[in-house]
Amino acid sequence: MVTLKSLPEEELFLAGSTACHGCPSSLALRIAFKALGSNVLLIVVASCTSVLQGSYPFSAINVPLLNMAFATGGASASGAVAGYKALKKRGEIEEEPTVLVWAGDGGTYDIGIQSLSGAAERETNFIYFCYNNEMYSNTGTQRSGATPLGAWTTTTPAGKPQHRKDIAQIMIAHGIPYVATVSLAYPLDFFQKMQKAKSIVGTKYIELLAPCPPGWKFPSSKTIEVSRLAVQSGMWLLYEHENGETRFTAATKKIIEGKVRKRPVKEYLDMQGRFKPVLEKPEGKEAEELLERKVTESIKRLKGWVPEYI
Amino acid sequence: MRVLETGNHLVALAARAAGVEVVPAYPITPQTQVIEKIAELIAAGQMDAEYIPVESEHSACAALVAASLTGARAFSATSAHGLAYMHEMVHFAAGIRAPVVMVNVNRALGPGWNIWCDHQDSISQRDTGWLQLYAASHQEVVDSVIQGYRIAEDWSVLLPHMINIDAFVLSHTYMDAEVPEIDEVKDFLPPYKPRWKFDPRLPVTHGSVVYPDDFSETRQSMQIGQENARRVIREVCKEYSELFGRWHGDLVEEYRIDDADIAIVAMGTIASESKVAVDVLREEGVCAGVFRVRYFRPFPIEEIRSLGHRVKSVLVIDRDYSYGMEGALFTELKGALYGYSEIPVRNLIVGLGGRDVSYELIVDMAKKALSGELGEITWGDSRLTSAHRVTLECLEDFKKIFG
Ligand SMILES: Cc1ncc(C[n+]2csc(CCOP(=O)(O)OP(=O)(O)O)c2C)c(N)n1
Ligand SMILES: [Mg+2]
Repeated sequence: MVTLKSLPEEELFLAGSTACHGCPSSLALRIAFKALGSNVLLIVVASCTSVLQGSYPFSAINVPLLNMAFATGGASASGAVAGYKALKKRGEIEEEPTVLVWAGDGGTYDIGIQSLSGAAERETNFIYFCYNNEMYSNTGTQRSGATPLGAWTTTTPAGKPQHRKDIAQIMIAHGIPYVATVSLAYPLDFFQKMQKAKSIVGTKYIELLAPCPPGWKFPSSKTIEVSRLAVQSGMWLLYEHENGETRFTAATKKIIEGKVRKRPVKEYLDMQGRFKPVLEKPEGKEAEELLERKVTESIKRLKGWVPEYI
Repeated sequence: MRVLETGNHLVALAARAAGVEVVPAYPITPQTQVIEKIAELIAAGQMDAEYIPVESEHSACAALVAASLTGARAFSATSAHGLAYMHEMVHFAAGIRAPVVMVNVNRALGPGWNIWCDHQDSISQRDTGWLQLYAASHQEVVDSVIQGYRIAEDWSVLLPHMINIDAFVLSHTYMDAEVPEIDEVKDFLPPYKPRWKFDPRLPVTHGSVVYPDDFSETRQSMQIGQENARRVIREVCKEYSELFGRWHGDLVEEYRIDDADIAIVAMGTIASESKVAVDVLREEGVCAGVFRVRYFRPFPIEEIRSLGHRVKSVLVIDRDYSYGMEGALFTELKGALYGYSEIPVRNLIVGLGGRDVSYELIVDMAKKALSGELGEITWGDSRLTSAHRVTLECLEDFKKIFG
């Protein structure tokens, strides 16, 4: 069994990163590297992660890293994978490295969806990791297709009027062999899903809910707490989808099985400043109810993929 | 191997001869047969390469860059809207110094939709850092693809190489050409040896944030690569001609320039047509020659400066236009001559959107240029026809309704 103590000690995410305090992408990179080891090629598309690695000539990332343009996650992976296939044919390498794309929600839900979809349809053998902080953080907190209903961003000053899309479900619809959601509050679940993704051939999609202290307006010491409450309130559901079946995991599983009581969405919203403008208005109650209803609907929809609930 | 093939199929055969290992590509007329042929060769087991059927040209160029950085030899082909669509990645390929070769089949950019030849597409990529060659014959297409990798991959260059071939005139017409076998090319073009690479054996960060303190240096190094390319192109073309017996020029190709009074300067197949015009002009007693700019980047500055002392007048033919200014080749040529020569230089804009450019027109314009009758810029084949009048009538209808 994997325990926190049994995780590899080697740190491939080094000191000296220029990330904000409490940055979820940095915390996630650390866990991802522990799961994948060092035979990894990391491709980062434009996002906060382009910046937090440090600047030329220094880098806090101790695996080979290729920074690519915003929209190119999937295509860059296809290129790198094909390149290494060629090197293998040439006899230059024995084992092809794991190709890992690291992208934000903007780079995944919005500008990069075409490239990601193409790579998935081509069955490119790589892991696509989306750290979803539900907005464009790097450019200063603008809305994205992942921003939830009611959330303040600089381009939704009165709160976002639309729901977010569910890209993990869109990836499941591509028929790829592995899709999983992860949370920083459940690091072992996260670690195991990364390891599993590494062992599967084909396109793997993993998405992290990435609470961003400056963007979501909560203290930087609370990234893990906000992550946990997101799962406990059902605003972020932990599951994995493999061979046409979905399996709930970690706290989400316990909530669905009725072993743990789901916390109200309101508690999660109240921890963050970004919902304040909406919650303080008369429509606040309605937004809260709509989000709560969305949680119920999402669980219902996901259950449709779980054999024991069908 | 002597073959009778279209320009597009010759591109595919040349890519195979060059030992290309990865081909990400997306179809667009008039480039399609390039990638169809490559897919066919791979499927038939006659070419050992990874074909990546990307979902857009932006992705084609992203995959091209990533594949090249792993150390594989990567190739793609596109045209017009495809090239425009990948523009961000065209910059990226040069900025990250990926020595790829890409064939661009020169086609007009819409609207209105026009699949025929002009040079607007590649000229619009002028400042991206790519080497840019314009081919004038089928055989040159083959040889340029092979030479392209030697030049791009040279450690003193390390820049991507665009090979421009005129839509339909070269891409779809059949000509016989010599395509060397892979084994014959091996000594001239050994497997790609990268100077740096994206590889787990050496964890390095590529393309990170670069602050103002270091940025100019990265860009000046690209210019140094372009300058070195001038020398490398001359050496490579010479070596190739010694090995294979074929010479298409290096940065430029000259035709009957030595005793010429007027030089017709052009790129691509219009330069071939200009050779016919020159023969006719000489029969009529006009001493003309052709100065074909093969490489638009790096620009043949020295060759043009010396041309400025050898002829009395220059007619620059542009199959493109820089709106608000003049033909792009015209601007560049005048820039190179500035301070070195004061001979009159005239600009002829012809052949946009695939309009046929005849030697008769070139003969006529060259005579007018020599006699001083030609204005600075002449739209040599543009005219209003009855079709344009229909548009004008339609404008009247708009005016009636909307005021
Ligand atoms: C083509 C293009 N458009 C816009 C940008 C500017 N840009 C850089 S990062 C970014 C937002 C990234 O958002 P996301 O993917 O969610 O990552 P995050 O910043 O939240 O980590 C934008 C809009 C860009 N780099 N490239
Ligand atoms: Mg984001």
